Amino acid sequence: MFLLSILLSPLIGAFVMGFVGHTKAASRLNILFSFLTFGATFLLAWNVFANGPLVGLDEQLFADGFSAIFIVLTGGIGATTSLFSHRYMAIEKSRGHLTGEKQRLYLSLYQVFLLTMLVVLVSNNLGLLWVSLEGATLTTVLLVAWSRTPESVKAAWKYFILCGVGIAQALFGTILLYFASEKTLGPGGTALLWTHLAAVKHTLEPTVIGLAFVFFIVGYGTKVGLVPLHNWLPDAHAEGPAPISAVLSGLLLNVALYAILRIKVLADGSLHNPLTAHLLMGFGLLSVLLGSLSMWKRQDIKRLFAYSSIEHMGLATFAFGLGGPMGSFAGLLHMTAHSLIKSSIFFVVGHIVQTSGSQKIPEIRDVALRTPSLARALLIGGLAVTGIPPFAIFASEFLILSVAVRRAPWSLPLLLLAIIVTFGVLYFRIQEMNGESGRSLSFPNEKPKITFYPIWIHFGLAFLIGLFFTHELGRLYGLALHSIGLTNG
Amino acid sequence: MDVGDPLFRTEFAVDVVDLFLAILTAPLLSGWIGTCRAVLSNRTPAGVFQPFWDLLRLFRKEVILPEHTSFLFRAVPFGVFGILSVSALFIPLLNIRPLLGPVADVVVLIGLFSLVRMLMAFGAMDAGTPFGDLGARREMMVGFLAEPATLMILFTVSLWSGSTSLSRIIQSLLSSSDPVHPSLMFALMAYILVFLAENGRLPIDNPATHLELTMIHEAMILEYSGPLLGMMEWSAHLKLFLYLLIGIDFFFPAGLPAELSPPAVILGIFLLIGKLMAAGTALAIVEILFAKLRIFRVPEFTALAYLLASIGFLIHFVLEV
Amino acid sequence: MAPHPHLLANHLVGMLGSALLLSAFANLAMRRLTSLVRIFALQGLLLTASTLAVAILSSETHLLFSALFTFIFKVVLLPTILFRLMNRLHIQGEVESLVNVPSTMVIGLGIVVFSFTLAAPISELASTVSKGLIGVGLASLLLSFLMMITRRKALTQLLGFLGMENALFFSAINATYGMPMVVELGVAFDVLVGTFVFGIFFFQIRETFESLDLKHMDSSSLE
Repeated sequence: MFLLSILLSPLIGAFVMGFVGHTKAASRLNILFSFLTFGATFLLAWNVFANGPLVGLDEQLFADGFSAIFIVLTGGIGATTSLFSHRYMAIEKSRGHLTGEKQRLYLSLYQVFLLTMLVVLVSNNLGLLWVSLEGATLTTVLLVAWSRTPESVKAAWKYFILCGVGIAQALFGTILLYFASEKTLGPGGTALLWTHLAAVKHTLEPTVIGLAFVFFIVGYGTKVGLVPLHNWLPDAHAEGPAPISAVLSGLLLNVALYAILRIKVLADGSLHNPLTAHLLMGFGLLSVLLGSLSMWKRQDIKRLFAYSSIEHMGLATFAFGLGGPMGSFAGLLHMTAHSLIKSSIFFVVGHIVQTSGSQKIPEIRDVALRTPSLARALLIGGLAVTGIPPFAIFASEFLILSVAVRRAPWSLPLLLLAIIVTFGVLYFRIQEMNGESGRSLSFPNEKPKITFYPIWIHFGLAFLIGLFFTHELGRLYGLALHSIGLTNG
Repeated sequence: MDVGDPLFRTEFAVDVVDLFLAILTAPLLSGWIGTCRAVLSNRTPAGVFQPFWDLLRLFRKEVILPEHTSFLFRAVPFGVFGILSVSALFIPLLNIRPLLGPVADVVVLIGLFSLVRMLMAFGAMDAGTPFGDLGARREMMVGFLAEPATLMILFTVSLWSGSTSLSRIIQSLLSSSDPVHPSLMFALMAYILVFLAENGRLPIDNPATHLELTMIHEAMILEYSGPLLGMMEWSAHLKLFLYLLIGIDFFFPAGLPAELSPPAVILGIFLLIGKLMAAGTALAIVEILFAKLRIFRVPEFTALAYLLASIGFLIHFVLEV
Repeated sequence: MAPHPHLLANHLVGMLGSALLLSAFANLAMRRLTSLVRIFALQGLLLTASTLAVAILSSETHLLFSALFTFIFKVVLLPTILFRLMNRLHIQGEVESLVNVPSTMVIGLGIVVFSFTLAAPISELASTVSKGLIGVGLASLLLSFLMMITRRKALTQLLGFLGMENALFFSAINATYGMPMVVELGVAFDVLVGTFVFGIFFFQIRETFESLDLKHMDSSSLE
């Protein structure tokens, strides 16, 4: 019952927060629950890697090595983000932006959000997976609109409508998948269970599965933020509170891509053509290009990094499209590294916005003078996210490029262009913000207390992975990918 | 079939009877619709035979021709009436295999109706008055907009029989065992709209109005008087009757006599009268319920008809093959 | 050859499917907001009826529950919520459209052709009694989508969203006799929560923009 236990903590957490979320201690309680969840996910992952896949609750829940990676990532980033959000919300509260009621809403939705994502990751039933992914949308919609400014309401509405439409396409895909599998597995409960589907994937009707995959990639791809379905992403990231931007970028996008990859395994088994690879490569490359080019001249710091998320998710998608053991490993490594680094960058950015009082880059100056350590963190984050060695993104991008040289040489100039543009834009932007404005500095009367633990934990991990553990991680990830059949092709 | 063949003679006789029945029943049908409308709007009905008295009154008057009109103006009423009478020969009334049936299929029929419209427009424009012009232009516009829908309906219906011949369509519909056809339901809805547009009924045109700026049909025949006007009015009755008849043939063919035995024919006559009266009542109800559309909304109206017909057409391939 | 009552029910399913498609078009053609909510309730009724008909035809008993559930949920509950929402917020008046009605209709027709073509190979593989209707479901899905992107008011977008869900349910019924019960319940739960979230949004949008017309939201663009 390991599987249920990781869901128990956020579930209880959500209820507790619903009752006592407005009290002073609630934020610490939130940290406690998030770390409990992290502990449970860690144990689960350990168990999975040691003893093989787990199945539970009448086969509805399931975890293998592939999902364990995402589960532990979700638990971990959920926990560190709760640390950050404790500090962040304390600052907001000291400025009078936060009432008890709003805090209660925020904290309980935070736990519900973690819950829905974990359900996505452990659900064996592809219908339930859809239900909980939609649940994650509904939760985050309210979180994006949380500050109630006109911009945030607008952004949340756009997010809601676009993802609602997208996810409806995914439901049609689910129906088609069920339609195809019902022929071999018979009607009823088992025909949507991934484990059963994977066993019979070669017998599934290719016409139907091909069409279903198209619906899936359009549907879940909207949530990944694949161009041209990305329109909601920059707005939602820019207008939501910083901890939410961090979990959106670091977790939700990953989880949506995870869902696509699960389906890809099934579709590859049934189809005997490279349809899925081509679709993933097409959407991925488009996202990489448009994401990086859109960063040019962005005036809003959170929006800037939101476009960078589009670019990186595109890169990971492209890597999975390239396929093969190396391509898939590179994609998975890229997703891991990007989650760590991007969520950390949003922590930094959140604090920068709090200390300088604006999200507009031209108005953010003197970060280095005001809070030198934040400036350092921003610079390191910028270097890490643009793929400077020895951070993990360097390793994954290098791998992706070297696989691309062999499998799709035509894409190389485009990828390089995107990576160079991203680097240039981010570097100059960060220099601008860290640099001096020449105005005389007027510090706010009280300097907010900033937390650095979560930021350095993430950067440190990304650093260590990039420098020392690529090989060990490679073995682990390789096993996980191989066991579900993502290394073929 | 030989001219001396007794069967041929029966059929010939039935066809002639059909033609005269159509010509004579047409004003009656208009009278019936008028009566229904009057009753529904709480007025004293003028009686079913009122159109006859009107026609009679018109035919007793002398012909007054407007100045500067040409031969065309005088020829149009005869042409219109003649063409419509000929069309009546193609449309099964009681005999589902009219002798002239093979000569013309539904597309030709639509062509004939267009010819009628064109002749009327010529007549209206010949007088050279602004109202005639205006009416003619509007009538041509409505016709132009309704035509695609009409053709689409015909194609939908003919999908059943694989033929555009009226008698074939009716035969295959009569012999079909399916109780309801979704595609035909759509076609029927579209046909009702086309019917209203083509015959100048509400909500497209008000047949009873003489408000100059809104009328279409009345504006076209404004310059006619006496017997010529009578011909035009009678043609309008006949056109309405024929359209209704086509609708009945397509969508409610049950009870049409499959062969010309006396009991079947008599049953057919009664059923036909019933259907015509029911259709007339329905038309009256529609006209009571809806207000006239602005002329700019007519494209929307006909687009809807086209849409319905096309859906029916597509549905046929999905549900009924 | 199927016995006669089944033939009738089969035609009934076809008719109901066509009516659903027609109602999706009616959604596009309507100008008054209240009529849209009525059409939504009508769609619920059509869904209930067609689920019942399919249940009888296929003798799948769990579909009876689905039908009952659909009735309670989509004919009674949601329209009531919507009408109350409209009363509370004083929403009334006309639909505002970005593309005029005849053009939307023509686009819609294209969508129908597209979805029928797309669904044709799938229908051939289906073993259900009403397999031809998969295309109808797909067409209704895309038509509701069209309504969402061409209409301006917040409520019309909500109705488009619900229409999409209806179409999906309809497709599931006709392609596979419905999804497993647990999934169906989950989906219904999501839709209910979604409707509540929409409701919360209406209040927030109104509070912030003093109107439910989304063009106020466009006017100051988000960069």
